[in-house]
Amino acid sequence: MKNIALNDTHVKLNAKMVPFAGFNMPVSYEGVNVEHETVRNGVGVFDVSHMGEFLIEGPEALNLIQKVTTNDASKLTVGKAQYSCLPNDKGGIVDDLIVYRVKEETYLLVVNASNIEKDWNWISQHNTMGATMKDLSEDYSLLAIQGPKAVEAMHSLTSVDLSAIKFYSFEVADFAGIDHVIISATGYTGSGGFEIYCKNSEVQQVWDKVFEAGADFGIKPIGLAARDTLRLEMGYCLYGNDIDDTTSPIEAGLGWITKSTKSFINDEEILKQKERGTERKLVAFELNDRGIPRQGYDIVDSQGRKIGNVTSGTMSPSMGTGIGLGYVPSVFTDVGSQIHIQIRKNAVPATVVKLPFYKK
Amino acid sequence: MNIPAELKYTKDHEWVSIEGDVATVGITDFAQGELGDIVYVEVETVDETLDKDEIFGTVEAVKTVSDLFLPLSGEIIEFNEALEDEPEKVNTDAYGDGWMIKIKISDASEVNGLLSADAYKELIGA
Repeated sequence: MKNIALNDTHVKLNAKMVPFAGFNMPVSYEGVNVEHETVRNGVGVFDVSHMGEFLIEGPEALNLIQKVTTNDASKLTVGKAQYSCLPNDKGGIVDDLIVYRVKEETYLLVVNASNIEKDWNWISQHNTMGATMKDLSEDYSLLAIQGPKAVEAMHSLTSVDLSAIKFYSFEVADFAGIDHVIISATGYTGSGGFEIYCKNSEVQQVWDKVFEAGADFGIKPIGLAARDTLRLEMGYCLYGNDIDDTTSPIEAGLGWITKSTKSFINDEEILKQKERGTERKLVAFELNDRGIPRQGYDIVDSQGRKIGNVTSGTMSPSMGTGIGLGYVPSVFTDVGSQIHIQIRKNAVPATVVKLPFYKK
Repeated sequence: MNIPAELKYTKDHEWVSIEGDVATVGITDFAQGELGDIVYVEVETVDETLDKDEIFGTVEAVKTVSDLFLPLSGEIIEFNEALEDEPEKVNTDAYGDGWMIKIKISDASEVNGLLSADAYKELIGA
């Protein structure tokens, strides 16, 4: 089990540490509901330094990225980022990721911690054009400062006008006394804010200054448990739950990051699906009665026949209802469709809804 | 760690308070702390007679689902219905308002098998 750079800091804050994707990670500090509410209404900080970072450089960098990802990276200008995924050659997804264009011929790929090795091997295997690849995962930390008060709370830490950084844009600038930090207007919560990429040797200083600057705004450390409830209220996919090596990006509702303006691995099959539709699709549902859907529970029809599986589920801290995602046959995918979630002995009625679950 | 001396305990982190032939059951302060924010307590076994160690319900925290095991054989005569709307009482008052069920004990000799406060303290290393 590996430790992230600030492991001792989290332990001192009384974080509950759990093994996750090969790292000891803070799952909660004060309690998931308080942490969730802090990000929805104030500002909170996640240490997500377990995430992987690859640098792809050189004249062939774009060609490699275009080949291995579904979104069209040629649309990126320097300072812009895009959500994308790595399709495999069997119709599934190797990983989902964010692609940043850092310089003309330099791209940063941010991948899931659980997939660092798999992604590295996959991309390397397809790097027949000879782009330069570097794995920075062990050297870089990532802090996600999220919530509606993030801009105001952090503005004293940088010379950059944080309010001017648009969603999915970033600046390489000074932050918390460190030069050349990536300040990215991205996140996994739906409540706005920034993600800060810095070296492991710098992250303690960044963490300390972030908490100093945020003190008047009630800033708190936030664990992975609240990260999961926050992302699920927005309906963001989690790799390993809602998408994996066997789910296609089209089934998962990721058609919007699957582009026909370029060619990529297995594009013929995936674009055909985009055009003709798929037999099953990932839907969002809300329980009509009490109960909490959980990953792996069966989804059944009104006769009790199994029609699919819950891939993510929780009690929504913001709304107090059971919410989830799961794959069902296309006849059940219209908003308003009635399905049932098998929770122990009971088939609890649920309604297919439009995302996000949480609306400001 | 709050472990009241007058209560009995189980290795499944439940507490038991006995008055005559009725036992009141909840989960311990240690258990609620480990589970984190409790968002749902489901007990659908009221009026059923179950054996010791059978599952009588489920407690759900945001991230986890845990079965609840009956500490003593008997009939489940009451569920704390206040928990339907305020499951967080299990977190805030595990030994008081957070109680879960009452059992009419069918075999009083089983009480001797429960743990004392000291034995439970040792079990959790408190």
